[in-house]
Amino acid sequence: MARRRVRLTFSPRLVTEPVIHQLGSRFAVVTNIRRADVTRDEGWVVLEVEGEPDDVERALGWCSELGVRVDPVEGELAT
Amino acid sequence: MSRILSLQCRECGTEIPVSPTHVCDLCFGPLDVRYDYAEVARRVSRESISAGPPSIWRYRELLPVELDDDEPVTLGEGFTPLVHAPNLGEVLGLRNLYIKNDTMNPTNSFKDRVVSVAVSWARRQGFETIACASTGNLANAVAAYAARAGLRGYVFIPANLEEAKVATTAVFRPTMVRINGNYDEVNRLCTELVDLLDWAFCNINIRPFYSEGSKTLTYETAEQLGWRLPDEIVIPIASGCQFVKHHRAARELIDLGLVTGSGAAMPRLTGAQALGCSPVAAAFQRADGHVVPVRPDTIAKSIAIGNPSDGGYVVRIARSTGGVVDCVTEEEILEGMELLARTEGIFTETAGGVTVGVLAKLARAGRWRHDETVVAYITGHGLKTAEVLNGRSQLEEAIPPSVRAFRERFGAAAEVPAVAGRRVPTAATTPA
Repeated sequence: MARRRVRLTFSPRLVTEPVIHQLGSRFAVVTNIRRADVTRDEGWVVLEVEGEPDDVERALGWCSELGVRVDPVEGELAT
Repeated sequence: MSRILSLQCRECGTEIPVSPTHVCDLCFGPLDVRYDYAEVARRVSRESISAGPPSIWRYRELLPVELDDDEPVTLGEGFTPLVHAPNLGEVLGLRNLYIKNDTMNPTNSFKDRVVSVAVSWARRQGFETIACASTGNLANAVAAYAARAGLRGYVFIPANLEEAKVATTAVFRPTMVRINGNYDEVNRLCTELVDLLDWAFCNINIRPFYSEGSKTLTYETAEQLGWRLPDEIVIPIASGCQFVKHHRAARELIDLGLVTGSGAAMPRLTGAQALGCSPVAAAFQRADGHVVPVRPDTIAKSIAIGNPSDGGYVVRIARSTGGVVDCVTEEEILEGMELLARTEGIFTETAGGVTVGVLAKLARAGRWRHDETVVAYITGHGLKTAEVLNGRSQLEEAIPPSVRAFRERFGAAAEVPAVAGRRVPTAATTPA
């Protein structure tokens, strides 16, 4: 099993879409939201995604293709 | 009795024992070292600090490493010059402008401070491998301090990084792990490896300790100003971590009574970004302060972080202290580098050009009274990014190696009068 802690950032176009629900229904992963800040126009959600490594990878890849920005929960830490 | 109590989540306040971990298990918020300040106050004074070494380790009681009788892993980092800048100050209308010249560190950047603390902590904890994902200043420092400590160093980089960028790290002979992927993917791999390996990743699992080293820059600034905090500090922003720690350092100096009287007011903390990567400056302009990640496109690569971990905290601190977060164009970055070099003889990398650029922009907009004390943090040496200046110096056409040609070209400037200690021979004084 793999666990990825990520921050998903939603643009105005996607903020009203049920993306996290679809993550769990389209892929064999469990999502666990820990923090979030969602407004009418945009938002971010910090969550853990757990599943087999390939499933986690595919699920987050699908998010990116959709246009959701996917980052490690730590953000970027250095250059 | 230990000064270091626990790690505490900056978001939800949860405390956990001191350990190599960097996010809260409950809410995934960042963790900070929590000190017993009563114990720190018993140990630290201006006198005890003055008696310490001329390095960051003179502030050891305010750093998260319990050394006992051990020596820290040090290359003499810190206690860099705080230079009064009258020439630049004249250009900008600031009589009390100072440059904190952190280009003078062992590997020529501010990162030596944080890495010295990180590697010292890691060695005390029994780690045998120090690692990082970095393409620049952090990689230089990690490789150098791993060598100094006799520990194994691992540096993760994108495989397509130019050779010149690799050489200044590879010379310390760490293991260079080249990844077929972009920098985001390198970072992601490292965050996954943290859970699998018993290694100290400086900017990941031991980040709470590493980042505390930043505070020393502000301790030094206050000490070098005669134990006074300045009115305002201009700080480059990458992840924003450093900015947050300067706020903490100023708070500690005030609360511990190390600064007093009129020098004990919290400085305004102002952030500087490049327009081509300015998510925090943009957030500062927004009423809600939200940081929206961006894709960096700037020559200031050492601070080009599109999704800054501490961006939101920077906005809050800048606002609460009366500072601002502003940004400058690529041309203004280059002009900032050149302005600092020609007025004060200090050569900074592009990140310093950002800092000076924002300093100049704000000064020209009339932000400061001419007698305010303003300090700019210059965090990396110009030789690290010298290539950005290619083609910007108009060289005079070459002349023949003759005095006549020199006089013809340079005219009046070449008519050097007699000066003290060097007489121009005349008929009366020329020996026979």
